[in-house]
Amino acid sequence: MPVLAHHSAGQSGPGRRKAVKRWEYQAVPRWVFALAAAGALFILLPLLGMVAKVNWGNFIPLITSDSSRAALLLSLRTAAASTGLCIVFGVPLALVLARARFTGQRILRALILLPLVVPPVVGGLALLYTFGREGLIGKSLSLAGINIAFSTTAVVMAQAFVALPFLVLSLEGTLRTAGQRYEAVAATLGARPSTVLRRITLPLVLPGLVSGAVLAFARSLGEFGATLTFAGSLQGVTRTLPLEIYLQRETDPDAAVALSFLLIAVAVVVVGLTYRTPKLPAPRGASGRGLNVDAGSSAGVPADTGPDGARP
Amino acid sequence: MTLELKATIAERHLDVSLSVGPAETLAVMGPNGAGKSTLVQIVAGLLKPDAGQATLGARTLFRTGPAPLWLPPHARGVGLLAQDPLLFPHLSVLDNVAFGPRSKGLGRAESSAVARHWLGEVDALELAARRPAQLSGGQAQRVALARALATDPELLLLDEPMAALDINSAPFLRSLLKRVLAGRRAIIVTHHVLDALMLADRIIVMDRGRIVESGPTAAVLAHPRSSFAASLAGLNVLTGSVTGTSVQTADAGLVAGRLTGGFAGAGTPADGGTEGLAAFPPSAVSVFLAPPQGSPRNCFPVAVTELEPHGDHIRVRAGRLAADISPAAMADLGLEPGSAVFFVVKAAEVAIYPA
Repeated sequence: MPVLAHHSAGQSGPGRRKAVKRWEYQAVPRWVFALAAAGALFILLPLLGMVAKVNWGNFIPLITSDSSRAALLLSLRTAAASTGLCIVFGVPLALVLARARFTGQRILRALILLPLVVPPVVGGLALLYTFGREGLIGKSLSLAGINIAFSTTAVVMAQAFVALPFLVLSLEGTLRTAGQRYEAVAATLGARPSTVLRRITLPLVLPGLVSGAVLAFARSLGEFGATLTFAGSLQGVTRTLPLEIYLQRETDPDAAVALSFLLIAVAVVVVGLTYRTPKLPAPRGASGRGLNVDAGSSAGVPADTGPDGARP
Repeated sequence: MTLELKATIAERHLDVSLSVGPAETLAVMGPNGAGKSTLVQIVAGLLKPDAGQATLGARTLFRTGPAPLWLPPHARGVGLLAQDPLLFPHLSVLDNVAFGPRSKGLGRAESSAVARHWLGEVDALELAARRPAQLSGGQAQRVALARALATDPELLLLDEPMAALDINSAPFLRSLLKRVLAGRRAIIVTHHVLDALMLADRIIVMDRGRIVESGPTAAVLAHPRSSFAASLAGLNVLTGSVTGTSVQTADAGLVAGRLTGGFAGAGTPADGGTEGLAAFPPSAVSVFLAPPQGSPRNCFPVAVTELEPHGDHIRVRAGRLAADISPAAMADLGLEPGSAVFFVVKAAEVAIYPA
């Protein structure tokens, strides 16, 4: 998929002539390629199967019906909001997990990753019994006149619940690999911790943050189980695209297929434009010598950098 | 305005105490694992010692005990230049150097002006617009030096700044350092005696977390007391008690020489009571297969342990002693590791000084 294409394109630096791809030894046995091809086909074939089923004659009317448009817009809005939430809380979580040292850190990490393994329906139930009308916190909120369950807010929360681990995991890994040496140097130059975070740490891990955010957005866009359980399926309010597809599948399979294709198209565009294989600043500062992979990713190459590209 | 430091870290067996005056450069030397970099990190505020305290002028950098205090690195006014330049890869050279002034609250234009000034000082002004990835190792380290100096640190820490440079860039940076360190307080960790000679006023030698030797660079190298300092100075050093103009050593017998250093003016020391060292350069040692007859010389029966090229000569190592001989002599003697030979050195070549 586009991810692979970007990986090789990202190596050339700004203003440098395009490097000729030279043969380099790679210790990958041939049978691994065969298995990899089978794996790729396993993903691609079902997609093809679905595309083959799309009723192209009616495609435009099917995806522009009122319910479809409402679902698509709601999906994009809520997924964007959920991604925002994931960034606001996920970046601090990743920083604390990667940098700080405290007791209970491993337990905290395990708990935060729980939504990855728990079925989304269970996550939705957990949210319902916490923020629902009769829930742990929801009861008090309800008394204050705030009802979260079965609202658009609930959709965003359900999506953020399942998507947060993706961002935290991706960013924590990037932070760990980036190390703290640049941060230490910045501190000796007189930069306070907040300045170091803003001017050094975040720019350095931006590729990891962007790919984490893209993963979170993609996960939010596809969210189904937790949304249905915690937010229900009200057209224009909580019925996101996946819910609409599931609903249409019963009554109008053509519409379901058309919307599925639309969802895939949106996902491919978003992921393709922004997701890059996480790259890191050259771990050794003894830069200059040899190729420096980082040059491409953080210098902002207009040609192969998406809208959320690599520059702060 | 002096840096006073005392620090211990039990798990690393570190226990040091030192002071660096204003405008003084201190070289820290010693074998790998001696604790040199640990010392630097403690002063920079990147590592907390178990116990100790440090003051820089009137300011306390840290203090353990009843009223503990820990100044974070950004508030210490201590600059750091490590082996790796560690230029921020996402900033241009100019922005890298301007980072310190910006962090101290200077405006964009002012910071750029400061950065340009220091880039000029390290002859790197023409690199201002480049990215760190576009620099050579030597250029990057010069820019890193400018970046450290741009904050005008009260103390500059240099942790093997030349170690990662190739042999062409190192001399340039060394002379650059000599220029910028003049009148500045600095601690330089180095493996090269040339750095100590050129850049430092004073030297400390560390071994296994302790300071084993300290003094003005020239004095330490002229009269080394530790085996590490002796190897730095390229001298053979034997220790023992002084008797007349000789040193009675435990392993090499009586070594005759001439009294120097603290002994030179004070006349002959009390027999047998004073600890002393006998030092002589490998070039003063001749190698024989049989003990020579005649003139008063020191003769050590030894077994050759190693042979290695050393400039135009071949260095013959025998345990703690070394001799430099010409390739022709080497061919005549037919030496190989394990050969039993006699190291012979004239008494006039042996300097004896107090321990």
